[in-house]
Amino acid sequence: MLSEKTLGSLIRDKGRPGRRGFTLPKNDVENLDLEKILPKKALREEKPELAEVDEPTAVRHYTNLSRKNWGIDTNFYPLGSCTMKHNPRANEAAAATPGFASLHPLQPEKQSQGALRVMHELQGFLSEVSGLSAVSLQPLAGAQGELTSILMVRKYFEDAGDTGRTTVIVPETAHGTNPATATMAGFKSKEIGVDEHGGVDVEELREAVDETTAALMITNPNTCGVYERNITEIAEILHDAGAFLYMDGANMNANMGRMRPAKAGVDIMHYNLHKTFSTPHGGGGPGCGAIASTEKLAPFRPDPTVEKSGDEFRFVRPEKSIGRVAGFHGNFGPILRAWNYIKMHGPELRDVTDMAVLNANYVRAKLGGAYRVPYNELCKHEVVIQPPEGKRALDIAKGLIDHGYHPPTIYFPLVVKEAMLIEPTESESKETLDDFIGAMLELAETSDEDLEASPTTAPTRRLDETRAARQLKARW
Amino acid sequence: MARFTPHTDSDIEEMLDAIGVRSIDDLFADVSPKMSGELDLPPVLSEYEALRDVEEAAWENDTGLPMFLGAGAYDRIIPSSVSAMLSRGEFLTAYTPYQSEVSQGGLQVIFEFQSMISELAALEISNASVYDGANAVVEAALMTARLTKRDPKVAVSAGLNPRYREVIETYGVEIVELSHNNGTTNFSDVPDDVSGVFVQNPNYFGNIEDIEAASEAAHGVDALCVAVCDPISLSLLEAPGNLGADIAVGEAQPLGMSLSFGGPYAGYMATKEKFVRQLPGRITGETVDKDGKLAYVLTLRGREQDIRRARANSNICTNQALTALAATVYTALMGPEGLREVAELSASKAHYLAERLQASGFRLRYPDSPFLWEFAVEMEDVERANEALLDAGMIGGLDLGDGAMLVAVTEKRTKEELDAFVEVVANA
Ligand SMILES: Cc1ncc(COP(=O)(O)O)c(C=O)c1O
Repeated sequence: MLSEKTLGSLIRDKGRPGRRGFTLPKNDVENLDLEKILPKKALREEKPELAEVDEPTAVRHYTNLSRKNWGIDTNFYPLGSCTMKHNPRANEAAAATPGFASLHPLQPEKQSQGALRVMHELQGFLSEVSGLSAVSLQPLAGAQGELTSILMVRKYFEDAGDTGRTTVIVPETAHGTNPATATMAGFKSKEIGVDEHGGVDVEELREAVDETTAALMITNPNTCGVYERNITEIAEILHDAGAFLYMDGANMNANMGRMRPAKAGVDIMHYNLHKTFSTPHGGGGPGCGAIASTEKLAPFRPDPTVEKSGDEFRFVRPEKSIGRVAGFHGNFGPILRAWNYIKMHGPELRDVTDMAVLNANYVRAKLGGAYRVPYNELCKHEVVIQPPEGKRALDIAKGLIDHGYHPPTIYFPLVVKEAMLIEPTESESKETLDDFIGAMLELAETSDEDLEASPTTAPTRRLDETRAARQLKARW
Repeated sequence: MARFTPHTDSDIEEMLDAIGVRSIDDLFADVSPKMSGELDLPPVLSEYEALRDVEEAAWENDTGLPMFLGAGAYDRIIPSSVSAMLSRGEFLTAYTPYQSEVSQGGLQVIFEFQSMISELAALEISNASVYDGANAVVEAALMTARLTKRDPKVAVSAGLNPRYREVIETYGVEIVELSHNNGTTNFSDVPDDVSGVFVQNPNYFGNIEDIEAASEAAHGVDALCVAVCDPISLSLLEAPGNLGADIAVGEAQPLGMSLSFGGPYAGYMATKEKFVRQLPGRITGETVDKDGKLAYVLTLRGREQDIRRARANSNICTNQALTALAATVYTALMGPEGLREVAELSASKAHYLAERLQASGFRLRYPDSPFLWEFAVEMEDVERANEALLDAGMIGGLDLGDGAMLVAVTEKRTKEELDAFVEVVANA
């Protein structure tokens, strides 16, 4: 166990003036006297209060912090909507390859053909999986993929001289990034309800769509884990009104080889490479929110995309590009990992989807009864459940921690009261699922008192979140 | 079955039974078969074969050579402990720390990152990172609009990295062009309807700008001043917070992140506490647990998309936690003295190179503007010079496209390499 004394102790407090954790090469040219070239007021008067520690102290500090953190490596982590699957270490080896790790983003194209080839091939893979021919790898996370897509839609209408498209429709089950994206892209976001399957309410959609509609942001499978069975009809409603169907592809782990968004009428979508293609989430990023679209929207993609001419790969600015959304070419590290991941799966990506869906349905079948399953029908890669009447999702979640499981996503989607969104992913064995199910069934029977006391075995007990906001202290 | 999915055939049978379906296909009964189809992807590779392909592709890049290219991404020394900490699975394979009790490690790292950024910038509060420097710039631009209740319109000069400017434009922020003399910005005629005035330091050409002049100009028209600073430079240049800047942002890549063809890097953002409600992204705060023990938690969540939805101050969700960890470990190892030494070594070497180039007949584009480790040097044919450099085993500087090369020098470069650079370009 960790010593109590180390808890909460900051790296700064472990240092002493004069300690150093790294030495640099000696200067082999003349020392520059900054005071000679800069006015005194340009020079820093007071040095920043950073840590002053030796290497052993720093390594122990961060290693011990890591031990107060759970990841997929340490625990089953069925966080719905987040696809916490195993992260193959070959991908880490790939990203660490010096020929990529030390490549500067502004080296001329002919010095970076390997990187451009990787990008070009990944564009092709993502196009194959979605059926949408035009890809951009530049968006740096899912939310930015959404924004990129909606900005492309906006630019399309501007270019077409259609100035009345002011609204983007978002189902109430959508992830928070969807309405936030609509606003950020300069649209009004109009919320619509869902039907008894948690799917877009087609009648309400029909009512909502008019000549001001630019797009609908749909998630498929939706955030309740249910397949949007009316997607073709939904696409028609939008297309008939001259609007676009955008798909939030955070849940593509349920679709590979089973549902090609293009065939369902989707015009544009984003992927989360840090979910579906297993680039590690890193405790909150980096990600990659690559987008894929039809040819109609292709000219509006961010600048640049990668094209092949003859034997050479080069960067090309799409004709009517919205511009750049990132400083350089996107999060190349995740791009390289996703490329490697897909090559280690090939057409067997479909098995990934199949096993992910099998696992979620197994959990659904086993928990139904003790837990309420608001959409008790086939689910896809995740399932939303509710605790037994009278119990709170938060308490079950914290109770799970004492059983050694990372809690599922809770209180999302918002349409399900006390929602617990469980996404096991394909990485987990039947034994792990059975043990987890056992723990869940036990928690359903655990007294409220014991649940409310949990967790007791984690690095901390429950936190006073109000105090954090009221007495804001966000730095030393 | 592939090595990443554990089920045996009999597991699958048992599970299908429990679900009450007969086949895997039945699990997709609600998906029209018209939508599916074999994936036309290259055949599955073993790890060994896949990594051989990675190696092969890596050989198609020119790397491992002395680098003189910067312009927003710098070839700096990265201590081995940085990648060792990043490869801890507990950090690498965690999600955003929504469940605080089992995410204390990551949360404390963010708290330390925020502390270091706040200290470097001399501003009260920082967030947990945004995607990259360009996105930190655009988020700051949008922040100025919300805080001043004006339309997003910002004054920038050519001293702002043009890629940052392009991202600002993509996000629909209007740009007012400020002139620049001798490579630094002229802040004397800022229009009175802008929401923000931007100053990059060192600027795109490597020159030192006057942040105080920028903030005076901004405040003169009731706008906010945003300073875009290289974090390494803040070890020796006066901090933006002490020069009147309201927001400091920038690219944290120089703090321990490999070049990696442009990402993952991390954008940092710091501001005054009174502006915190308009600061986008995650913020970690200190609190206590039930037993009164100190702990960390994501706080002021009411600003964010998952709570505020269409009215959130940004759509950002995932940020750059792992690269922010790199910045934290790097900054801890270096400490204030180490960072300063990195800055001084780079500046000394850059000035040595600039002098040697001048002695060989080259002219600096902005000879009267002080710079640190990056400068523009006039060259008739930059492309030819860069080709000659590559032939000689070096990566040359950025072609500014108008008869000048932007040269960056870091602590990695040796005197020998600098001398070789001069010799090659002088004879190109
Ligand atoms: C359904 C859905 N959409 C969008 C996002 C946003 O992705 P990111 O966090 O990469 O920005 C997420 C992930 O949090 C999600 O679950």
